[in-house]
Order: sequence, then C-alpha cells, then structure tokens
Amino acid sequence: MAAVFQGLGAATALSVSNSLDSRKFLVSSRKSLSERKASFLVVRSDGRVVPRSNARGRRAEQLITNAVATKPDSSAASTTSKPGHELLLFEALREGLEEEMDRDPHVCVMGEDVGHYGGSYKVTKGLADKYGDLRVLDTPIAENSFTGMGIGAAMTGLRPIIEGMNMGFLLLAFNQISNNCGMLHYTSGGQFKIPVVIRGPGGVGRQLGAEHSQRLESYFQSIPGIQMVACSTPYNAKGLMKAAIRSENPVILFEHVLLYNLKERIPDEEYICSLEEAEMVRPGEHVTILTYSRMRYHVMQAAKTLVNKGYDPEVIDIRSLKPFDLYTIGNSVKKTHRVLIVEECMRTGGIGASLTAAITENFHDYLDAPIVCLSSQDVPTPYAGTLEEWTVVQPAQIVTAVEKLCQ
Amino acid sequence: MALAHLTSSSSRSNLLKPIFAALSSTPSLRRPISSAAAGDSSTLTIETSVPFTAHQCEAPSRLVDTTPEELLTFFRNMATMRRMEIAADSLYKAKLIRGFCHLYDGQEAVAVGMEAAITKKDSIITAYRDHCTYLARGGTLLEVFSELMGRQAGCSRGKGGSMHFYKKEAGFYGGHGIVGAQVPLGCGLAFAQKYSKDGTVAFALYGDGAANQGQLFEALNIAALWDLPAILVCENNHYGMGTAEWRAAKSPAYYKRGDYAPGLKVDGMDVLAVKQACKFAKEHALKNGPIILEMDTYRYHGHSMSDPGSTYRTRDEISGVRQERDPVERVRKLVLSHDLATEKELKDMEKEIRKKVDEAIAQAKESPMPDPSELFTNVYVKGFGVEAFGPDRKEVRALLL
Repeated sequence: MAAVFQGLGAATALSVSNSLDSRKFLVSSRKSLSERKASFLVVRSDGRVVPRSNARGRRAEQLITNAVATKPDSSAASTTSKPGHELLLFEALREGLEEEMDRDPHVCVMGEDVGHYGGSYKVTKGLADKYGDLRVLDTPIAENSFTGMGIGAAMTGLRPIIEGMNMGFLLLAFNQISNNCGMLHYTSGGQFKIPVVIRGPGGVGRQLGAEHSQRLESYFQSIPGIQMVACSTPYNAKGLMKAAIRSENPVILFEHVLLYNLKERIPDEEYICSLEEAEMVRPGEHVTILTYSRMRYHVMQAAKTLVNKGYDPEVIDIRSLKPFDLYTIGNSVKKTHRVLIVEECMRTGGIGASLTAAITENFHDYLDAPIVCLSSQDVPTPYAGTLEEWTVVQPAQIVTAVEKLCQ
Repeated sequence: MALAHLTSSSSRSNLLKPIFAALSSTPSLRRPISSAAAGDSSTLTIETSVPFTAHQCEAPSRLVDTTPEELLTFFRNMATMRRMEIAADSLYKAKLIRGFCHLYDGQEAVAVGMEAAITKKDSIITAYRDHCTYLARGGTLLEVFSELMGRQAGCSRGKGGSMHFYKKEAGFYGGHGIVGAQVPLGCGLAFAQKYSKDGTVAFALYGDGAANQGQLFEALNIAALWDLPAILVCENNHYGMGTAEWRAAKSPAYYKRGDYAPGLKVDGMDVLAVKQACKFAKEHALKNGPIILEMDTYRYHGHSMSDPGSTYRTRDEISGVRQERDPVERVRKLVLSHDLATEKELKDMEKEIRKKVDEAIAQAKESPMPDPSELFTNVYVKGFGVEAFGPDRKEVRALLL
C-alpha cells in the first residue's frame, strides 16, 4: 500500500523563481552542501572546537558565542579567492529580505521594533532607513490586529512579511492565522490569495524562560491552507525566505533563536530553496535521521560519534514542516529501512508525531524496525540551565537511539 | 400622471414632518412619471429626520442632496434586499439552507446608503450578516441563493456558505464568521490603499457586540498612528445575539469609544442620512485618518435563524420599530410625497422584485452541488504535486496542482 509521492522538488523551485537558472541552483546547492560537510568534518576532527550549535552546559568552558565554521586547509587560500561571501544567518535572512523588497515594491515588513530599532534579532536592520516607514512598519504590541492587518493587506495584493518577535507571541494572533490566513482562499472560492510570510524565532534558547522558549510548530500544522518551513543554515535561510516571499500561499517561516549567529559562505548569485523540499545533509546507508532547525546540529554532532563507531547515518533536514517532503523521506526509508526522528518540538502532537504517522502509513512495508522519535519533553521549558538542557534532545541520546535502532 | 410640486407645505408633506423638498424643476412641467422620475436627475434636497451627533469632529449637514432616480433606486434595492432575506428565511425553514443564516432585514438602509456614497474601488468588509452588503456591491440574486444552498453557482462556489460571501472585483472582502476579526483585516485593506496611494477608503463594518473586542481598539490605534483611510462602521442593532447593548457595554456610545478618533452617530434606518455620513466619512478619512460611524439600526429577525428574536425583546418593540422607522417604508413615503411614482407603480415594482427573487431561487435550485474533487481545490494557490487521498485512503481523490 506504499504510495509514491511525487514531490515536485526542483520543478517547484523552477516555477517559484522565474529569474533563476535551474542548473545554477542545483550546482550551487551541491557545492555548498559539500562545503558544509567538509567544514563539519574538519571542525569535529579537531575535537576541541565547539560545534556550531553553541551547546551549553557540557562545553561551557569552550563556548564561543559566534560559532565560526573555519577550514584549516583554507589557510593557504585567502577567503576572497573563494566564491560566494560569508555571513551570519540573520544577515542571510536580511539579504534575502532586501533582495525581495528591491525586486517587488509590494513587499513590506511589519512587526514590533522592526523599523527604527532594526529588529530584535537584527534581521531587519537598516531596512527602515532604506525603504522608509511605509514599507518597514513598526507596529504597537498588538499581534492579533497587526497580523490581521497584514492578512487584509495581502487580500488586496500586497505581500507583507509579519514578524513575530518570538513565535510564542503568535499565539495571540492564532485566530487570524488559522481562520483568515489559512482559510480565506478556500472560503472565497479562490478569489483571494494571501501571500503573507509570518516569520520569527522560536525554540528553546539560552535560559529564556518558559514563555519565551516555546516549540509550537505543531500548533500550526493542522491549519489547512498554510505552509510551514524551518530554516537551519544561512544558505537555506536566505533561500527559504525568498521562496516564502514569492509564494502565493501563506508561509510560516520558523527560525531558531540560537541559530542566528551561524556563519556560512553562501553563493553570490541569486538562488531560492524549494519550500516543499527536504535537504539531504549527509547521505548514508544504515539509518535515516530526520531532523530540522537546531536539532540538525545536534544530529550532526552525534553523527560524527556514530561514524567513529562505524555507523553510516543518513541525515535529512526536512525543512518543510507542512507539507512533508515524503518523496525524499520515502526514498531514504526505502534505502535504509530504519528511521529516527530528532526534533525540538513537543512529544505530544509534535511534528515528529505527525511525521511518524505519515511514514508509517505510507512506507510501513519498508521499515525493519519501529520508528523512533526523539522530541523535547512535554514540559514548559525550565529556567535552570541543566534542566533546560534535558528538555531538548542531546547528541548522546541520539547516539544511543541509533545504536538501539541498528541492533 | 402626476405633477412635480414645488411647495414645501403640500398636503402630502405633513406625513413627513419636518421634511421639506425644494425642487429645481418648474411646476408647469408635466412628464409621465415612469420615464421622468426614473431618468430624472434633478436635485432634491431632503432633510434627515434625526440630526447627526458628532464626537471630535464637525457633523455634516442634515440636508442631503439626492435625485428622484436615486430615490427610486434606493427603493428598488432595499425592497429587493428585504424580499431576498424573507425568501432566505423560508428556504431555511424548508431546510434548503443549513447551518447559520443571519438575516439583515431592517438594516438595508446601511448597505444601500453606504453604496451610494462610494465607488467600487473603495473596499467594504463586514461580518457574517453579509447577504445584502454583497448584493449592494454588485452581487446577483442567483449567486446569493446558490451560495446559501451550497451550489456551484454560488459566489464562493458553494464552499463558503452564508458567512463567507466575497466579491473581489467589486471590493467586497467578506463575509467573516469570527466576531471582530474582520476589523483588523479592514484596517489592513486601508493600509494597502494608503500604500498604493489610490485615494480610496476601506469600510470595516462590525456590530455592537463586536465593539467590545480588543482587536478593534488595537487596529484603530494602529490605523490612527499610521493615518490610514479606514472607516469603522458600527452597525448598532442594539443586541449582540441575545444580549442587549446596555448589558454588554459599559459605554454604549460606540461612536465615542474611539476616544482620539472622531466619531459620528447616524440614524441607520434613514438611507439618506447613511449616504451623507459615508460621504462625509470618506472625505474625512482620506485627509485625517480613521473615523468611527455608529449606525443606529435594528434587525427584525433574531440574531440568526435559530434565534426566535423574541426572548430578549418584546414583539411590541419589534413592531414599533417596523411601524415608525422601517427604512423601506420611509423611502416609499418619500417617493410618494414627492410624486416620483404612484402607489400602484411601487406595488408593481415590488411584485416584479418578488418574481425576480423567485426566479433566482428556482435557478439556484437547479445549480448542482460542487463536485467531490472541489474538496481539495483552492486550499493552496499553487499546489505541490502531492496526491491527496480521500478519507478512506484507498482512492486518490485529487492531485493538488
């Protein structure tokens, strides 16, 4: 009964971007992929350099606030001779945003402190000076109404990007997101399109407290009519931001508080990431590890340990939380026959729970073992550092889970 | 054949004290009424029966300019709306309309008067009592009845229902079920209008029940800060479902509750007053930012078809308003007093309207139900090529493309 899902993948990317050379897109994605892979290996083989995930707790004495991915073998070549440019994730988001605002005068940004203050995570810094107060709008603290206003403006053809200072604040706008954003295209019989992008940081940060460390991607996943994506690297952050802005559907772009300072080299050319495609981070043979956002880095860290122990995990960053890229995932399951899901979402009713159900329904025959899903605990995030660490999945747990799965 | 009188104290006008009429045409002209009044664009100036009450602004004049043609159009449109709502009532009782059905009869003057003051480029957004507003914005009876019965010929292809009427090309943005949620949307429409600098305004309608929603004040704050051409119109029919306004709002002076935003209280049963207020509001909003209009109106039916409407108010009250303030009757008296048409002509018009409504219902009944594949259309704008299964997961229903 396994159904084959035809993910449109590259074709969707093509249709999303008119100005993009498809071959260029594929080439650059492969290049940066290998770059990243190489840089990971280099960092880890060093043994003492902190991984990009800014892990707290165990490596507190070696913490570097700006995780820098440097290649030891780049000492010979200077950075300028390499193609592309290096920047941090929030700068990548800003670059994507700026390029889209340049390209289309209908794009505007609204949110709290996005204008004069420059954005609470500096994603919109400098944009208000460049585009003026009508395109980069500072709103009062009224999420329900400014989300509604963004949706109303989108009904007429504007393309607002609504920033929630923290995704948890979007709960105040849930009615607008669910009823108006998600449903208007359907209930109007196709008359209105709502091309909004709702973005903001979420996830467990560094001792920010329960209300500011919410992992609520799953609250939105049942809303029909919206798409959800989660970015994890500067490369896909810029790509997904651009794709989300160009999409005619409402897109919720989940960023992560701890990933904003990731540094990476991204191509100079314009590129877009497909909104419905998952990213193959590390091909492998033994087990498929599905992850997204910050947990990707925990998984990669665990992957190094696993490689040393002789396992060959295939790591896929699912990126698209709604809809799931069951094509890529399915092909991987058919290859490895074992699935581990590592996510930061809640255990009950989380993205992992839905993904487990989706994979079981569609690829049951290909599974040699039950799907293991490692999610964060069903607790409000505690303030104490040690407790907070144990709320989310740690690399050691991932290693143990893979070992058990592969027995 | 009737004459056009000049005098202000004709015997007929004592019905309409203190209304007086000044006609610009001379008394010696005798034209057959049906062609005259219908094409007559000579100005009539009529005084509204109740003065406007203003908050933080100057009230507009009580004297409203209109033409015989316009008055007859008002009568025709309001009578059509009245007939449509009564027909919807019968259809609901016949179980052809299901779910929720919120009827607008009694409040027609607001929809018609507003439409007379604006263009199709201005936007209107309202809540779920939207059948007549949709009609005023250019919808057809067939589309209304088909959508109410869930058929393909409906304005939302049968997928919206009574509370989700939309007409994008006429600037009608719905049709919303959640109380108050349409007001931020309306301010967003105004924002887009300001962004594209096209000199139009957005009317966001809500009821006295919705006036207590926080998001309304949030949206008003933002609209006032950003100087948006938003006009918030409170259709105060004095009851939020079963709760009277004095039991729900500490301050039932809804036009004043904008505080820093100017407001105007209007007799919502007088179509000319509504027209004047909306015209004033449009000019005001384009220059000075948001303004609140409170339309003092009344609904004869209950909140919806499941509400008899008499448990929280007396039948005497309902019939009292119907006697004294009915908007359609008011225009009928105006038309008769100014000899724009005879009783018989108006009755014939109503008969014709009734026939049109019945025809539309018959035609709507013939329209088919939506195809099962329509379940999955319009969820997304551009699909992602994923196969969508029907509920039993055995059969592919649609390819989401």
